[in-house]
Amino acid sequence: MKSIIAHELLKTYDKGAVKALDGLSLEVEEGTVLGLLGPNGSGKTTTVRVLATLLTPDSGSAIVAGIDVLKHPDEVRKVIGLSGQYAALDETLTGWDNLTMFGRLYHLNSSSAKKRAEELLEKFSLTDAARRPIKTYSGGMRRRLDLAASLIVKPKVLFLDEPTTGLDPRGRMEMWGVIDELVKGGVTLLLTTQYLEEADHLADSIAVIDSGKVIARGTADELKNQVGGERLEITVEENQITEATRLVEQVSGAKPSVDPGIRKISAPVSNGSASLIQVLRLLDEAKIHPLDIGLKRPSLDDVFISLTGHVAEVVVEPEVGGKNAAKRK
Amino acid sequence: MLQSVSDFLVITKRQLLQMIRIPEVLIFATIQPAMFVLLFRYVFGGAIDSGVEGGYVQLLMPGIFVQTVAFTLAATAVGLAADMQKGLIDRFRSLPISRSAVVIGRTVGDTLQNVVTLIVMGLVGFLVGWRPSSGPVKIFLGFLFLLAFGYSMSWIGVIIGLSVREERVAQNLVFMTVFPLTFLSNAFAPTTGMPKILQYFAEWNPVSTMVAACRELFGTENVFGATANSWPSQNPILMSLIYMFLLVAIFAPISVRKYVKVSK
Repeated sequence: MKSIIAHELLKTYDKGAVKALDGLSLEVEEGTVLGLLGPNGSGKTTTVRVLATLLTPDSGSAIVAGIDVLKHPDEVRKVIGLSGQYAALDETLTGWDNLTMFGRLYHLNSSSAKKRAEELLEKFSLTDAARRPIKTYSGGMRRRLDLAASLIVKPKVLFLDEPTTGLDPRGRMEMWGVIDELVKGGVTLLLTTQYLEEADHLADSIAVIDSGKVIARGTADELKNQVGGERLEITVEENQITEATRLVEQVSGAKPSVDPGIRKISAPVSNGSASLIQVLRLLDEAKIHPLDIGLKRPSLDDVFISLTGHVAEVVVEPEVGGKNAAKRK
Repeated sequence: MLQSVSDFLVITKRQLLQMIRIPEVLIFATIQPAMFVLLFRYVFGGAIDSGVEGGYVQLLMPGIFVQTVAFTLAATAVGLAADMQKGLIDRFRSLPISRSAVVIGRTVGDTLQNVVTLIVMGLVGFLVGWRPSSGPVKIFLGFLFLLAFGYSMSWIGVIIGLSVREERVAQNLVFMTVFPLTFLSNAFAPTTGMPKILQYFAEWNPVSTMVAACRELFGTENVFGATANSWPSQNPILMSLIYMFLLVAIFAPISVRKYVKVSK
């Protein structure tokens, strides 16, 4: 059963000059996590906004939890949770105030709203801070409360738009822990991120998005394999580069790439550690002592570069890109 | 239907909670008009020959009341722009609540703040000599009139707040428009001194008709208006009601439409 189906979504701005979504399609199986991975301005946030009923696409269709997003947005709103890039909370109110308010807006009665607020504060380790205004919270605490607010009615489908952007490493680890817990609870999750390792860690499958469309999908391993297997990398003294390159080629069978600047030679190898030992022996016989040697599996960064031709820009600042994003603080 | 009412009440309650959590906002929102009362009363009061019984303060108080409630527009615009900026409007829009709940809740909440402000101002006015003479019913009606005017102005604030999306821009825009509007009127000084064309403008100005209406309801002769003898200056209560009706009839539907489509 598919919990999210987006089909050929198109969204343009400035009379078609800017294509935020350019025929984007994706599917998420019920109870799984899809990581939507892409650089700034690639259309991640726009996708989430369309699926969460906040934005109407120019064309295309979307179904969330079996409900047509464009035809019955009100029904969709009852079964989704959304936590955006910035903690969307009333900063002057306390954590408790915020959660009870959102509870009431989800049409819980007063006592259920209070009970639920209590549970969520407990679950997200915010009980101590419950009676303090949000503006006194740390970034990580705000994000946790924001996430809590999106879980009030136990949504069938949860959208998390860059849940860890702007958090320090500790905040990020805490957030990962919380999300891991949620996923164990069986929610269907669509998560956007520009952190490759985050997608690797949290998502069952990944859709790589660039310029408003999905350019690759699969598990982290599948995507890595798509780029190629392991590579052997060695660093040697400058006067030994030519000889070492010849030896590496002998083992690899392919022409190695050489970066003279950092004196690094790298080449694809088929049988990892055996090749490594073989090269080491050859180098030893040639009296070449490598400064550094190792096997490298392609990272998702490599996947990204090979798919898009450019590096995934990882910045701490909020996205600037789409027309909407530029208006953000 | 019942659900929509409860939705907007939750939003309104949020604003009342804000008042409790940061009382400074309400305190300053009240101190400012109270300060205006004192300044105008003692700085201009001596210089302007009002010619009404009880002195300038009788004419001044309706003027300051109207100016204050006209600025409800600012509270609404700034509040909504801040919510836009923080992404709170997005969150509300992702909830299963009625499409008008957030904007109605906001306008009602801002009007409730006016209740507090008007009470404090009325008391300050009383301390410095304001004595409405029309009897409790008309006085009550006068205040109701003020609240209604503030409420209708609030709808313009909704559109501004949702359009500019930035607190500071909203603030500047509102002050640049509402201040001239309140001064190009009969609120603080007779319109006689203005060029004829401005006199007409001043007399058609909703602020003037409101001030004139309130003076009538509080039992003071409106010696500052009606110099150009325009229709609105002679029928201020009726004209004010028409203005309020038009404001809500035009801006409320536009606001709700804007809210539904607004996208950060």
